[in-house]
Amino acid sequence: MKLYCLSGHPTLPCNVLKFKSTTIMLDCGLDTTSVLNFLPLPLVHSPRLSKLPGWVSKDGTINLEKELKDCAGRVFVDSQPEFCLPERELLDLSTIDVILISNYHCMMALPYITEHTGFTGTVYATEPTLQIGRLLMEEVVNFMERVPKAQSATCWKNKEIQRMLPGPLKDAVDVWTWKRCYSMQEVNSALSKVQLVGYSQKVELFGAVQVSPLSSGYSLGSSNWIIQSHHEKVSYVSGSSLLTTHPQPMDQSSLKNSDVLILTGLTQMPTANPDGMLGEFCSNLAMTIRAGGNVLVPCYSSGVIYDLLECLYQFIESASLGTTPFYFISPVANSSLEFSQIFAEWLCHNKQTKVYLPEPPFPHAELIQTNKLKHYPSIHGDFSSEFRQPCVVFTGHPSLRFGDVVHFMELWGKSSLNTIIFTEPDFSYLDALAPYQPLAMKCVYCPIDTRLNFHQVSKLLKEVQPLHVVCPEQYTQPPLTQSHRSDLMLELQPPPMPYRRCSVLNLPFRRRYERVYILPELANSLVPSEIKPGVSVATVSAVVHSKDNKHTLQSVPKPPPVAPSKKRKRVMDEPPVVMTPKPLLSGAVPLEAFLATLQKHGITEVKVEETADGHILHLQAEDTLIQLEEDGTHIVCDNNEPLRTTLRDLVLRFLQKL
Amino acid sequence: MPEINVTPLGAGQDVGRSCILVSIGGKNIMLDCGMHMGYNDDRRFPDFSYITQNGRLTDFLDCVIISHFHLDHCGALPYMSEMVGYDGPIYMTHPTKAICPILLEDFRKITVDKKGETNFFTSQMIKDCMKKVVPLNLHQTVQVDDELEIKAYYAGHVLGAAMVHIKVGSESVVYTGDYNMTPDRHLGAAWIDKCRPDILISESTYATTIRDSKRCRERDFLKKVHESIERGGKVLIPVFALGRAQELCILLETFWERMNLKAPIYFSTGLTEKANHYYKLFITWTNQKIRKTFVQRNMFEFKHIKAFDRSYADNPGPMVVFATPGMLHAGQSLQIFKKWAGNEKNMVIMPGYCVQGTIGHKILNGQRKLEMEGRATLDVKLQVEYMSFSAHADAKGIMQLIRMAEPRNMLLVHGEAVKMEFLKGKIEQEFSIDCYMPANGETATITTNPSVPVDISLSLLKREMALGGSLPDPKKPRTMHGTLIMKENSLKLVSSEQALKELGLNEHQLRFTCRVQLQDPHSDPDTLHRIYTHLKSVLKGYTIQHLPDGTVMVESIVIKVSSSAEDSNAKVLLLSWSYQDEDLGSFLSTLLKKGLPSGLC
Repeated sequence: MKLYCLSGHPTLPCNVLKFKSTTIMLDCGLDTTSVLNFLPLPLVHSPRLSKLPGWVSKDGTINLEKELKDCAGRVFVDSQPEFCLPERELLDLSTIDVILISNYHCMMALPYITEHTGFTGTVYATEPTLQIGRLLMEEVVNFMERVPKAQSATCWKNKEIQRMLPGPLKDAVDVWTWKRCYSMQEVNSALSKVQLVGYSQKVELFGAVQVSPLSSGYSLGSSNWIIQSHHEKVSYVSGSSLLTTHPQPMDQSSLKNSDVLILTGLTQMPTANPDGMLGEFCSNLAMTIRAGGNVLVPCYSSGVIYDLLECLYQFIESASLGTTPFYFISPVANSSLEFSQIFAEWLCHNKQTKVYLPEPPFPHAELIQTNKLKHYPSIHGDFSSEFRQPCVVFTGHPSLRFGDVVHFMELWGKSSLNTIIFTEPDFSYLDALAPYQPLAMKCVYCPIDTRLNFHQVSKLLKEVQPLHVVCPEQYTQPPLTQSHRSDLMLELQPPPMPYRRCSVLNLPFRRRYERVYILPELANSLVPSEIKPGVSVATVSAVVHSKDNKHTLQSVPKPPPVAPSKKRKRVMDEPPVVMTPKPLLSGAVPLEAFLATLQKHGITEVKVEETADGHILHLQAEDTLIQLEEDGTHIVCDNNEPLRTTLRDLVLRFLQKL
Repeated sequence: MPEINVTPLGAGQDVGRSCILVSIGGKNIMLDCGMHMGYNDDRRFPDFSYITQNGRLTDFLDCVIISHFHLDHCGALPYMSEMVGYDGPIYMTHPTKAICPILLEDFRKITVDKKGETNFFTSQMIKDCMKKVVPLNLHQTVQVDDELEIKAYYAGHVLGAAMVHIKVGSESVVYTGDYNMTPDRHLGAAWIDKCRPDILISESTYATTIRDSKRCRERDFLKKVHESIERGGKVLIPVFALGRAQELCILLETFWERMNLKAPIYFSTGLTEKANHYYKLFITWTNQKIRKTFVQRNMFEFKHIKAFDRSYADNPGPMVVFATPGMLHAGQSLQIFKKWAGNEKNMVIMPGYCVQGTIGHKILNGQRKLEMEGRATLDVKLQVEYMSFSAHADAKGIMQLIRMAEPRNMLLVHGEAVKMEFLKGKIEQEFSIDCYMPANGETATITTNPSVPVDISLSLLKREMALGGSLPDPKKPRTMHGTLIMKENSLKLVSSEQALKELGLNEHQLRFTCRVQLQDPHSDPDTLHRIYTHLKSVLKGYTIQHLPDGTVMVESIVIKVSSSAEDSNAKVLLLSWSYQDEDLGSFLSTLLKKGLPSGLC
């Protein structure tokens, strides 16, 4: 069993597991941090960004002024932003049988894997994961296509040239794998390969392996996966949460008894408490509004935003923000808000009970109804005429490189009254802000990452007791910036097996058993005999039928009837056809009892001689020797086949057959 | 032989109070717990005394599963759990869990408050009963206990309706509840995978009908409504709050939009408005088309359909009113009916089945003079139309489901005996499987023949596979020999050697030695070689070796030659073999006793 690791990003994993005869891809994460190296894509013409000086090396030998721009003291690539794809050379992607998706953030690379690679398999995901994942992809495609950029910069990627560039471009890795965003057509085609599954649904793969998603508590429809056969179990844990937010709580107990547990998607902010961050978010928001400033919240269109809105719903009145407009701007804002209300089965208990009333599970329905929250597909159209300040704007993309957020950065960045509050943990906020410097706007960093922290995960592992843990290498040492914090890493016995991008791990498995089914006819014909109290054995001779990786044992068909009588005479001369080999024997032949049995069969003249290991019985009338020992019996008998077979059967009476 | 027993307490050769007991692999399961609309006495509920004469049911049932929210499938639930007594788990889907208590409360109100019956379950009992409910998701495998697992499939019929697959070990049963094999205006079609259950328990409401296309019935319905409106009449459609009502609303809504009609459509308030909310929140349970477009346009937000106020009934001009309940036995629908009955321009459309004794039933049977409370009589002059919109599978649909699931046996419930008999014949003929149709209180017993799961050591399996080559040869079956160890509950199949090791047993070697006298005028080595050549020609397909140490080995049988001191032509062959080679050893000793043929070199 092998694990191929195609992504080095611990929260955006992409691993391939070869298990029995199946090839299973676990998640399809797209590392989008690469976009931080690119210039923002403004929605409206920006004089500042269009007048940036091109980059020429100090000695003037390398001139890339068309591709690279100097902005706020850093060099950025002037091209459509590109993403860092999972490794595509480590193994043939067309051999992948299935892809298991754990949550909508971990499927963004799907079109790169399923399209143009010869992939013919099936993708498994829950319904919310599919629907919201589709929205997130649609949003990114829309952001990119709204601002088409003809130019695609490639010269800077040349190894020789990249070496000469200033940081952080110089240190960017795998730049040749970076790709532009996919098209909506590719998204649709990729998503048409998705097969929906429900929590705890058992999906058979080729009869060899069973996979099953479990609630992971992180987002709507998010799941961990169990991959198992009758005797081996691999748990794949990705993006799980024990906090009580909107999704169904995490199913922990089903992870028990794993041979291997693959652990990814721990919190990226191990030192930031989500509840504290939420409080800080609210107070900073209120402070800015009261001072007459605007608040910008760069965020994804699904996920934590539901919790932020719910928190604000309770907070608005008490903070007397009742008249402040809240705007949610995204091409998928409406869909995201609507979809969140129809997945009752996937929600936590409290929200489920609301649906029974029947009321919408999320209070943002009421915010919309009372006009406190308004949503728009983009800054163009209705928004520009209805927009009032001061206000709060939720919009994407959290990298600040594309989407409507770029416009608000340009619009509000120069005033110190305004505040930008970062809530998404995926991007370093300083890097995100780099092309907008110098900035007068206040910046508040409240990353909310509800995924498991190191304390929670070690408790979980103690509980579920996997034999081996596999995890990204980042989890086996403290973070670079806090090297003294030994509590911010995994310490386990046996130590976890670390992986990095392009690792191929041999998972420590010893498969020893396989499930077979004995058909009723054969089962009924077996004759068990008790060997020890509670333990019986039966010898089995059977024909194995293997179909679709399932094995069944059937009775051995009877040999065809003996050929007609003409050949009868020769039957004795035919060498035996061995259909059933004789069983192995066990036990010992007790002397006294054996002698008594011999006597019963008319063999009375027995001379017994004691030897070092047992006895020799001399059957004088028959001139036959029987050597009885603890672990063997030897019958020496000439020219008397009937006697030999009688003796054989008498000896066998005392022995167990296996 | 293991067997599965199925006993209907209700719905056995009957429609109403569905309640079916299944015992499988030592587990007892109750499928549905409904009431009978046609009775007002004890026969209203299933006879739970069949399960036990005295006391609670908890000890006798492992779980209860409710297929959907119709009262003939869940109406007896609070009575069973709170008044007879059952504390175990009750499984139903989320929408059923949401809607079922509302219908139960409605039913209770009509029975207790309106009809004044006592000794009936209370509101509190409904609440307590619902606390025992565990929600089921589609396709989720729920482990009721270590052995019993259940899985729900989409059944169409009404919002949240499910079929359920019940499995213990390798035995399984599928219960369909009520289902619909063709998608309608708001729901999808039932679907199940090829799960090959031992028994498929199916409803058979329309056992003998092959229904005309739904489109025709819809067109018919719209035509009637339209004609009535055109001539200025009022149309009353008595409905139950959930199910058909939404389907017909969608139908009228789209029709109104398309035809640009102006006549108002009303929906009686309260329950129905709430009902539409359920459809909006459980939109994932509706059909593909509605689910796909719900963000742009939620099909359950009706533009043309407005809430009804009782004063509207006297408004002049045409209108369409949906009012509850569906059988005109009480409530708003009956009030409106009384007002409108006298005008032949008006129309009442009954979209579903009506139980005997209700006004709905009477007018459908052509009664034109109704006796009302007091001594008043009501002349029925308005047009009365019946239109079946209930979503059950017809004969074609039932056959289609059998093809999908491939059951080993079939069992029919929820239908009329005569019609069942007909379908039973058809099923037995077409699928060559047994079909049962037990009456209430009667048990159908089906013997199953499960195969026994065993863990085989991989080395044994691989050894066997290697011997047989990669492709199985049908002419030469691959035979495998091993030892089955039965310890506690585990069954392990290993090679005999491994079995000895695992059980901590020593091997006992049984050997035979046999001397054969032979006249052969050659030197000892030559004789040995002659034996070798002889055996080579006789024993085809065996490993025969002539070893340099002066022995011949046939498989593991050792043959040596020596000559007696007196006569060098009198040879003594020494044969030695172990018990495992008994057949061959015995054969060789007999063969060699006959001497060597002369023609050997």
